[in-house]
Amino acid sequence: MKNLLDCDRGEKVKVSKLNAAYDLKQRLISFGIMKDAELEVLAQAPRKKTIEVKVGKMRLALRSEEAAQIEVKKI
Amino acid sequence: MKASNEKIVCPITAKHIKVALVGQPNVGKSMLINSVSNAHLHVGNFSGVTVDKTEVLFDYKDYKFTVVDLPGTYAFTDYTIEERVTHNYLCAEEYDIIINVMDSTNLEKNLQLTSELLTMSKKLVIALNMSDEADKEGIEVNAQYMSELLNIPCVKVSAAAKTGIEELIETVVKKFEGEKQEPKLIFSEAVEEEIENIVSYLQKHNFEAVNSYRNIAINLLKENKKTYEKLHEEPIWTELQPIVIEASKHIELHHNTDDIKEAFAEEYAAFNRGIVAEVVKQTTIKSEAKTLTEKIDALLIHPIFGIPIFLFFMWSLFQLTFTLGNIPMDWIDGFFTWLGTTIAPTISNDDVRSLVVDGIIGGVGAVVLFTPNIIILFIGIALLETTGYMSRVAFLLDGFFHKFGLHGQSFIPLVTGFGCSIPAYMSARILKNDRDRLLTLFIIGFMSCGARLPVYVLFTGAFFAQSMAGNVLFGIYISGAILGLIFAKILKITAFKGVDEPFVMEMPKYRLPTFKLIWHTVLTQTIMYLKKAGTFIAGAAMIIWFLSNYPHNTNLDKIYSAKIEKSVSVKQKALLENQLAEAQLGESYLGRLGKFTQPIVAPLGFDWKMNVALQAGLAAKEVVVSTLGVLYSIGGDVDESSKSLANNIRQNIPFASAVAFIIVIMIYLPCLAATTVFAKEAGSWKYAFYLFVFTSVVAYSLAFIGYRVTLMLM
Ligand SMILES: Nc1nc2c(ncn2[C@@H]2O[C@H](COP(=O)(O)OP(=O)(O)OP(=O)(O)O)[C@@H](O)[C@H]2O)c(=O)[nH]1
Ligand SMILES: [Mg+2]
Repeated sequence: MKNLLDCDRGEKVKVSKLNAAYDLKQRLISFGIMKDAELEVLAQAPRKKTIEVKVGKMRLALRSEEAAQIEVKKI
Repeated sequence: MKASNEKIVCPITAKHIKVALVGQPNVGKSMLINSVSNAHLHVGNFSGVTVDKTEVLFDYKDYKFTVVDLPGTYAFTDYTIEERVTHNYLCAEEYDIIINVMDSTNLEKNLQLTSELLTMSKKLVIALNMSDEADKEGIEVNAQYMSELLNIPCVKVSAAAKTGIEELIETVVKKFEGEKQEPKLIFSEAVEEEIENIVSYLQKHNFEAVNSYRNIAINLLKENKKTYEKLHEEPIWTELQPIVIEASKHIELHHNTDDIKEAFAEEYAAFNRGIVAEVVKQTTIKSEAKTLTEKIDALLIHPIFGIPIFLFFMWSLFQLTFTLGNIPMDWIDGFFTWLGTTIAPTISNDDVRSLVVDGIIGGVGAVVLFTPNIIILFIGIALLETTGYMSRVAFLLDGFFHKFGLHGQSFIPLVTGFGCSIPAYMSARILKNDRDRLLTLFIIGFMSCGARLPVYVLFTGAFFAQSMAGNVLFGIYISGAILGLIFAKILKITAFKGVDEPFVMEMPKYRLPTFKLIWHTVLTQTIMYLKKAGTFIAGAAMIIWFLSNYPHNTNLDKIYSAKIEKSVSVKQKALLENQLAEAQLGESYLGRLGKFTQPIVAPLGFDWKMNVALQAGLAAKEVVVSTLGVLYSIGGDVDESSKSLANNIRQNIPFASAVAFIIVIMIYLPCLAATTVFAKEAGSWKYAFYLFVFTSVVAYSLAFIGYRVTLMLM
């Protein structure tokens, strides 16, 4: 299964599942990262330590550990 | 009788309306309050500017408004402390009406919180803020239609352009006077069916309740604690419970999840998408061209250039602080000298004159002198906060910070700490995890606050050439920050062990702050600095003056006056007078205290005056400068030509001791007020004690090393 961390810069994907623990999952959901939400990878810090994604109209910074917990599929 | 009484409305007894301002972070809640009243709440372009509730009062027609500014919250999940503040307020406090502030340019996300507010069964008005920005981006919102669809009044406003404000207040008044209406919130068929099931059960049993049956049903399904608690005590609960459990199961099945909250979030999202599709029109068709924010980001958060660019900005700031800030210093210095020489002849009593001129004017003047430097620093921080760059730096530094056991978002309180430690301690609330928060609280002190700037400027100005001083200043700040990181790592492996918390942070779009916004932000902080100089620092200067002038040793007077009489040259006379003053100072309470504790600091190369200044600095860092000002204005190796404090310092303090002094200033406790806030935010005075021990030990050891190394190199 592909996760958000595997994506390249500029790639657009759709969320298929959140594998995060309860708190983080609620947080992601409140940011609009839930099943079927569309994401675009905007920027990556060196070695993908931190990445920036676009959710709807919002830009969000995530650490690699968090990004790896978001399962995605191609659109 | 009664009816006629009611008709005569007394004009004095105005009606009170208490409004809670709720919305997601960074939608302009605080700015909206500033534009309806003449408050100056802190506004900044990142999430988590407001971390505590603040009440603002204003009058409108016959109404007395109390508006409560609450921290922004993405959802009622109590993720961070400041979100908990909002949730607790909404659930437990008394208020009449909620204004839900939204960012018109991103309604879909903002409506997610609104959906949750709808279950509160409170009167609600929606303020569609940032309508100016929406216009610019070609986003058209049909507020009228939106009001109908949600059955909640929606008003377009712009806090920045001050449009629609009056209409918003009128709408609030109307809503306040009118009846509460059931908002429209339609779920998918599957959920509606389950709601209907529960509602009809409640109807069948004629269940008595304040809220509507539909509201109760939704809250039960959402596993709302309060609703559960209430119904738990009702006899119908035994029959109702299985129905609710069954309904939840169906909904979870329908959404293919085992988390009812996720299911509801998806329900809301679907409903909100529907609303947005109906009421929002994108007039200018957005091409694939990058937005301005994306273009700027391509440079500012560039994987290679990002951090060097940030360092360059910081360096420029300190360079400006020194070079530009020093220009008006001569004028301010001149003013206080003039003030002293003008006032002195009007006071006949020697002691009172000395108190006013040397104590108050000297002490306060020494602090006010650095106002221009402080203002430049404040402008720099205000720009960082209001443009949106703050979150970018947090993004850039997260990887780096993470290595040192800090959270990327720690950057926000840490930067705030360059201005003042007190708001910095408070803004650590944006960190979710208590361990991360405590760690950040312990490190904030390493970020030198604005009040320490005067000491640095004074010393760098005294020991370095103009062209170098700015660089040295930058060096002091950076080494403070690096020390902070190193100690963060040490504390993380020893005291605050634990798992790393997630880093998820919104990156706002870039906004060009208005001149007025920067002006107000800087002005508020500058006035605070000056107020402190005029009150607290003046008081401290008086105490220092008193302690340094009493007791007066008349014996010394006698010995020296005999000598002075015998001396022939003017020069020798002056020298002797100086020696007398120095000897008297040494005999004073302050002199005795300084000399008594001096052995402790002797290994750091401090004389007793520096020792006293540092101790006084525990109250506030500005006091260090004012104390040095008082102490070095008396006696010492003063020759006629150089009266300024910087010159006195250069002549009386060896360079190595000055280095050690600066190191102590960099590290030890910021001030009494900040320490109190620290204890409050950390949750116990125990931590304040740890902080005191921690900073004192570190300051002492590093100052010792600094002193020795400098001696070796010189
Ligand atoms: N263009 C425009 N900008 C606005 C408007 N209202 C607020 N802003 C900007 O939006 C940013 C956020 O404003 P704040 O008032 O601090 O937001 P807040 O909702 O109080 O944020 P938190 O306290 O973090 O929850 C600032 O940069 C403001 O200058 C508006 O009507 N138009
Ligand atoms: Mg605010």
